[in-house]
Amino acid sequence: MSAPDPTLMPVGDVPAPAAASITRPGASRRTQLEEAVLPPLVALLLAAVVGDVLILTFGQSPGAVYRLLLDGTWGNAYGFGQVLYKATTLVFTGLAVALGLRAGLFNIGAESQLAAGGFCAALIGLVLPAGFPALLCLPVYILAAAIGGGAVGAVPGVLKARFGAHEVIVTIMLNFIVLALLNYLTSTRLHVPDTLHTAEIRSGRLPRLADLWPAFQGSAANVVIVLAILAMVGLWWFLFRTRRGFELRAVGLQPHAAEYGGIDVGGVTWRALALSGAIAGIGGLNYVLGYKHYYEEGFATGAGFLGIAVALVGRSHPLGIGLAALLFATLSQGGLAVNALVPKQMVDVLQAVVILAVATSVPEVRRLLRMRRGGGDR
Amino acid sequence: MPDNSALAIRLRDIVKSFGPVQANRGAELEVAHGEIHALVGENGAGKSTLMRVLAGMYSPDSGTMEVDGRDVTGWSTADAIAAGVGMVHQHFMLVPTLTVAENVMLGSELTRGPVLDRAAAEEAVRKLSAETGLAVPPAARVADLTVGQAQRVEILKTLYRGAKILILDEPTAVLSPPEVRELWQVCRSIRDAGGTIVLITHKLDEVIDVSETITVMRAGKTVARMATAGTTPQAIARAMVGRDVALALDAEYMGTPLLPELGAVSALLEVRDLVVHGANGQPVVKSATFSIAPGEILGIAGVEGNGQTELVEAIAGLRPYTGSIALASRDLATLNVRARGDAGLSHIPEDRHERALILDYTVAENLILGQQHRFTRGAALDTPRMLDHARELITRYDIRPDNPSLAARALSGGNQQKIVVAREMARDFKVLLAAQPTRGVDVGAIEFIHARLREARDQGKAVLLVSADLAEVLALADRVAVMYGGRIVALLPRSGATPDTLGPYMTGAERAA
Repeated sequence: MSAPDPTLMPVGDVPAPAAASITRPGASRRTQLEEAVLPPLVALLLAAVVGDVLILTFGQSPGAVYRLLLDGTWGNAYGFGQVLYKATTLVFTGLAVALGLRAGLFNIGAESQLAAGGFCAALIGLVLPAGFPALLCLPVYILAAAIGGGAVGAVPGVLKARFGAHEVIVTIMLNFIVLALLNYLTSTRLHVPDTLHTAEIRSGRLPRLADLWPAFQGSAANVVIVLAILAMVGLWWFLFRTRRGFELRAVGLQPHAAEYGGIDVGGVTWRALALSGAIAGIGGLNYVLGYKHYYEEGFATGAGFLGIAVALVGRSHPLGIGLAALLFATLSQGGLAVNALVPKQMVDVLQAVVILAVATSVPEVRRLLRMRRGGGDR
Repeated sequence: MPDNSALAIRLRDIVKSFGPVQANRGAELEVAHGEIHALVGENGAGKSTLMRVLAGMYSPDSGTMEVDGRDVTGWSTADAIAAGVGMVHQHFMLVPTLTVAENVMLGSELTRGPVLDRAAAEEAVRKLSAETGLAVPPAARVADLTVGQAQRVEILKTLYRGAKILILDEPTAVLSPPEVRELWQVCRSIRDAGGTIVLITHKLDEVIDVSETITVMRAGKTVARMATAGTTPQAIARAMVGRDVALALDAEYMGTPLLPELGAVSALLEVRDLVVHGANGQPVVKSATFSIAPGEILGIAGVEGNGQTELVEAIAGLRPYTGSIALASRDLATLNVRARGDAGLSHIPEDRHERALILDYTVAENLILGQQHRFTRGAALDTPRMLDHARELITRYDIRPDNPSLAARALSGGNQQKIVVAREMARDFKVLLAAQPTRGVDVGAIEFIHARLREARDQGKAVLLVSADLAEVLALADRVAVMYGGRIVALLPRSGATPDTLGPYMTGAERAA
């Protein structure tokens, strides 16, 4: 049986099989980067083209409108401060949505979680006496905002883990319930007469950037932006460096493999949604601690929903979310700047186009990238 | 070698790259009219790619393709179908909610005015069935068919479209021995009717059984072409791997298993009256009882889908069950998956892509899956230790390429399976559950994995081996159980188990235990 076989006709010399299967191990990282960066850029380009068409239909020159948009945002310290302020809230809601996405969950509830976080912080502010040590204030506020948002996030989490209720439905419904409840509490119990807001907090206000750099005069940007940056770094570390993050991403990528790997999928699910809500809730501090120092009905309307767009455009990566938050904040502030030439709503349309373009171009661009590289499936 | 004009297929110097990966690097294939031709090679040798090029799914980067003497280089799937080249894929492409006849006519529907002519379609299927011996009920829903029947539908679908050249991609992976024999009957009758068949496989006994000519591929190239008559499994295996390999088929491994005197050594794994329910509430494992002693491999044979998956998953803690499972006399009822692992249970799951690996995670990350709680420093993962662990296992288990930071997705099937085997064998375990441990894995890796399983047995571990490949069970197991319809219908010592004695149990024709 072991004698050489005469019918065997070798055709050329061939190296060991496995060595040939991957010739450039480093290629995969470049591939990842391409897939992460290219789709949002294509989406932006598409949005710009649609924007051109829209601007032309209003009889304006796209160049002039875009220049005005940039002048009113990145062109002066006030406009830039406003961009930073808006971006700060969006970073929190974007990170919140992204954390859910990483665990395979779609949190549509950042809107109400953000409001609940701001509300709880404002409540604490009403209770804390004036002159309460500033160093102790901040952790107390952060905790309150996190608990407020986290509680709203935990509800769909527990319902999903325990009963399999779909988190999208539950978070949408909770948006209505929680916002209505907060409005009720504010307007019946807590509001300053003839306003829709509570009384001002007495201690623990955070300085605005204008207090440090006078050029920002008048803009709402404040040092909560430092918290936003810390949140980005912290979430990156959590997702990509800790065991809990490892387990959370495993659940999001392949729940069956996670289960096999001894990971409590239900536990990860509710903790991820609770943490997601807590992050959104902390975003409420941007307004309550840094800007107006009280809770007001609708203080950040739309920021929760825009967070979904930020997370999608930012590819659920903290760094991408920072950039995407700046983009959407720029568009939102820029809408005010170009109001003289085109309706402000045009910029809303542009935001929508960016979202649509990302939603469609991510799979499409990826498909094209893969096609160019080939399937790899042998 | 046949005269060129008589060739059904002639592929010359085919090159096909996917980014950095060269799947075909000068592949050749010559198939004569009316022959059954086996295309063999290890996983990642480029067989499937070459056949997809032939079927028009991929366009080659260079090289020429001729079918029936006509240059068809770079044609489309539509061209290929029109010219009578049809491919039956490893993963069925059927719509489960439609009937057999509806699936067969899908894409070329028979109509009467605006409505589908179901009766005519069923009649056409019946006629084709009778001609080829591919018996299937034309009005049955595909979801209700057995895997073997579904495969017949795939073949019928291809023939219905007028295929003269039939490409079968690993058709026997899911079949029982009698179904395999039937398939060969069908192949022969198609050939006798003038058809040409290319069979992709890496099961050497099949190659010997059914083919007339063999082409061997290795690392994207054609390395040998031989007549089946006058060659041996050893010669084919040598051409596939490029060196001598010990074949499980004729290894005749008996070793010196530490088979315990009955009652002398307590079993490491004891399963009693195990009942597991499926998704629809019906029991899929019906009262299974068995035990495995230290130093023993219990092989579970049987056609897939007879409760083996659920049995293994219940033991692993992935499914609720009634009855008792004890590991080294410790009842596992209250232990979750992680605690079972810590108690000494290792598990090579059958589904590599869904269960065993997280494909987007790196090799190093996958090598700690299930033991991530042992690789921490505070809240963080201990990356340096993970990498050390990965490098050690990569070397010890010869995982290629040897880059711990590469996504598992980028590795070939055999190397992916080595990750799983390395991970599960490297932990401190008493009982190993090995479900389909060599599925879709090449000859070299099969040999390696079999050696590891024997090594575990020789170290006094208990091994539960579940495999749809009867030859594998017979080559490794000390005792053989057969599962059919959720029950263990036979439990025999290795010496009494042969394909002929087990076959009737596997098909449900007989039951003993």
